[in-house]
Amino acid sequence: MIADNGIVIAFWVLAATTVGCALMVAAVRELIQAVLFLALTFVGVAGIYIVLSADFVAVVQVLIYAGAVAVLMTFAVMLTPSADRRNSETAFQAPALVLAGMITAIIVFVAYDTDWPIADRAGFPATAASLGRAFLKPYVVPFEVASVLLMTAMIGAILLTKEEEEDEHA
Amino acid sequence: MPETLLTLTLHLEEVLSLGGVLFAIGIYLALSKRNAIGVLMGIEIMLNAVNITLLAFSRFGESPRPLDGQVFAVFVITVAAAEAAVALALAVAIYRWRETVNIDEIDLLRW
Repeated sequence: MIADNGIVIAFWVLAATTVGCALMVAAVRELIQAVLFLALTFVGVAGIYIVLSADFVAVVQVLIYAGAVAVLMTFAVMLTPSADRRNSETAFQAPALVLAGMITAIIVFVAYDTDWPIADRAGFPATAASLGRAFLKPYVVPFEVASVLLMTAMIGAILLTKEEEEDEHA
Repeated sequence: MPETLLTLTLHLEEVLSLGGVLFAIGIYLALSKRNAIGVLMGIEIMLNAVNITLLAFSRFGESPRPLDGQVFAVFVITVAAAEAAVALALAVAIYRWRETVNIDEIDLLRW
């Protein structure tokens, strides 16, 4: 439980911003505007992380999501110039709406119905140092596997988007 | 110091509900959007919602090592970055061949 008026107000303002921007991603009619609202959503989620006293994860979120992923999405829109730029829906819109409503109802019900084991602790102090120790001691194998995964993904992305050999000689 | 009139509180349930609402918006986007990049946006929002849930349990939950939730969130962000790079490269590669990224026009495997 957090009992600090400033933090609680910040949480609700950030939550409203985040959910509003996420809804705008679904509602706007231009794909490029949807990408910009998605970047705003990522920044709002970073604020939520700070409320949950995860300062390092919040910085990583701004760097990777609001920075890299948003730019990558903008590039993908720009690199498909004659594709459809409207942010339109398929015939699955109505079933998707029903499913989204059901998921919201179920998760909110379970969240309030379950008796969670709550620890009444204060927020964490600055987490970067202890996260670094966690990465290099108990989680060093997943850490290395993650770096191999990232390298594989980057090489794969370069190979997928590489021009054909003939085009390069032409 | 004057006593404040009202003390607002924030519980685990409210943060979990926010994660649930964001996840539902993400699943709606992923299932309903016609453009492949729109579908990817939905997946990214779903991953963010899951991260909010992980960090909420890390902050409020009873655990001998409470920071493990944040470690997990960083791994989720790493894998999501790899996924976004490969998926957007796939979208660009499909565009080269088909001049479209609309998922209802890419139906090569359909009977």
